[in-house]
Amino acid sequence: MDQPNNKRFGMVIDLDKCTGCGACMVACMAENNVPFREDDTDKLLSIAWMRVYRLKNGKSFPQAEECFLPRPCQHCEGHHGHSPCVSVCPATATDYDMQTGIVSQVPTRCFGCRYCMAACPYHVRQFNWWDPVWPDGMERSLNPDVSVRMRGIVEKCSFCYHRYQRALDKAYAEGRRDLKEHEYQTACTQACPAGAITFGDLNNPAHAVHKLAQPDMAHEGQSRNPKAFRLLERLGTNTKIYYLSSKEWVRKAGDTAVQKA
Amino acid sequence: MDSALIPKGVKRCPIGQFAVFIAVVGAVLLWGVVAMFLCYIKGLNQTNMNNAYGFALWIWADLAVIALGGGAFFTGLLRYIIGKDELKNIINYAVLIGFVCYSSALLILAIDVGQPLRAWFIFWHANVHSMLTEVAFCLTCYFGVLTIEYIPLILENRQLDKVPFCHHLSHNMHGIMAVFAATGAFLSFFHQGSLGGVTGVLFGRPFGYRTGIGIWPWTFFLYTWSAAACGPCFTIFITRITEAATRKKLVKDNVIDLLAKIAGWMLLTYIVAKIIDTWYWAAVTAPSMGLTLMDFYSNNPGSAYGLWILIAEVGICGVLPAIMLVSGSVRRSPALLFIAVTLAVIGACLNRWVMVLQTQAVPVLSFESWFTYFPSWQEIATTILPVAYGVILIALSYRYLPIFPQEQELNPIEGGK
Ligand code: SF4
Ligand code: SF4
Repeated sequence: MDQPNNKRFGMVIDLDKCTGCGACMVACMAENNVPFREDDTDKLLSIAWMRVYRLKNGKSFPQAEECFLPRPCQHCEGHHGHSPCVSVCPATATDYDMQTGIVSQVPTRCFGCRYCMAACPYHVRQFNWWDPVWPDGMERSLNPDVSVRMRGIVEKCSFCYHRYQRALDKAYAEGRRDLKEHEYQTACTQACPAGAITFGDLNNPAHAVHKLAQPDMAHEGQSRNPKAFRLLERLGTNTKIYYLSSKEWVRKAGDTAVQKA
Repeated sequence: MDSALIPKGVKRCPIGQFAVFIAVVGAVLLWGVVAMFLCYIKGLNQTNMNNAYGFALWIWADLAVIALGGGAFFTGLLRYIIGKDELKNIINYAVLIGFVCYSSALLILAIDVGQPLRAWFIFWHANVHSMLTEVAFCLTCYFGVLTIEYIPLILENRQLDKVPFCHHLSHNMHGIMAVFAATGAFLSFFHQGSLGGVTGVLFGRPFGYRTGIGIWPWTFFLYTWSAAACGPCFTIFITRITEAATRKKLVKDNVIDLLAKIAGWMLLTYIVAKIIDTWYWAAVTAPSMGLTLMDFYSNNPGSAYGLWILIAEVGICGVLPAIMLVSGSVRRSPALLFIAVTLAVIGACLNRWVMVLQTQAVPVLSFESWFTYFPSWQEIATTILPVAYGVILIALSYRYLPIFPQEQELNPIEGGK
């Protein structure tokens, strides 16, 4: 199963660079045909595969600081692909791909039991409470590579898997078996004006993500970079999204045992 | 009018009174059916669930009725396998209550899934690693067993019994009931346990997560155990309510006493195990996940999940009824016995409530806060729907089937019939 040439696609998000502009969210919505409603103010009912959180250090002026944290699916590997959400799905509608490290979601297979939502501590998995309704004419601008989803099922970030397939198709057509780093990039990565998001193969030492994340594979991918942290690392979710921050309070915010002042 | 259908030697209320009763409960049932169709037609946006509360009132109701329906398998086990012969006087009712509980659970599940037409995927594309898969398989099989256990009872209806085929079928089914009781106990062990595993395996949710043996978290065993303890309490609870409603004694005291005593010892041992589990989780498991006990019980809106809920579940509705039920003098007092079984029933419901709801309410990411939820009327109506259905099925069964073997003896009719 776990072949040595397996890829582990992942991300490094530099929070020092993120301005919280939300371009990644918009790009993701457009790329993945994410449905929205006329009034989408209730964020617990709306869907966003990428969501930008606003973190505060809880101090008052002049020590007050804040930080924006974009949160795509963390593509948890858990122990040997035992991600929190994958193992629980009764209908095998979600899967951990050992070859890419991507946690997939099969919308046509999901029957909406929502067990995976209860399992994911990041609130990444979101439910289609309504059928999608596109504003007049918008159907024509939907991405043909991504199937639209119906009401009653769960969806989430796929690391723009269709882009991976498209890139592979192109490479195969050109007689290549491997992709260059720039050939497979997610929509959010490309949309970020601040260049805060880096995407690539964490297993490939030549890739920028590997250099930034410096994953220690002997310790479930823990980063050797002192500026890096992963969300809820101590739960053993073994995520593939690494965050960078020069601020200690931000790095601590990723842990459950945060200083509760 | 329907006297030909009523079991021999017992008295039932006039058909008019019965019809009014059924009509009133039927109205409640109809309300639930309307809500159910709203959910089917408009979708789950009819609920107050959201992306933080994917599991809510319905899943709690499922877990709770299945725990309470555990009286069927456990009484069956005691009666047929362990040989507590007196329990033959209450086993019919335990089976009927179990049947109501399990059919209710299946009904609620069928409303709960977002795409009910795809519900069969759980069997077709089964993921054997999922606790829900195990639940679905065992629950469906066990519901089959309960149906098989219920059928001979229906066949004993006065008119049906006259048909030789029905008479012999029912007789023969009774003869092999031990096999079904054993199968039921086996299946129950697994699905009750798997329901415990549902939250127990969620290693991303420190409130619900438990360590355990192999693939089974401790909650796997605790749920089975508590179902075996609180299920019979629910059987007694419903029996007492039926007796009050019919103004008749239906089961002899020694039968209730035996069941209550066994339930009491089960509850006592369960609650000791539960306390050890809670302590281990609070002292070892949760801290290893970076959280302290009070992180789960403080700073939430309206103290909906304060320490009080733990004290209520484990103390007032756990230790207290356990001590009461093992005491002979308490069991001999009808009022105290009723209080004890009621507390035990509430305890099981509270346990399922916190395991489902609080698990999701607790913030795990440090920059999120507690999530709140209150069910919509559609959720409440669809949860009351099975209760109304249960009342009707029990009323019909009581009226037309010889559910209580001791009824005739306890309530002799002058002149006989
Ligand atoms: S972040 Fe959530 S949805 Fe994504 S892999 Fe992890 S548990 Fe699953
Ligand atoms: S909601 Fe869908 S993907 Fe999630 S566990 Fe249920 S069937 Fe699987």
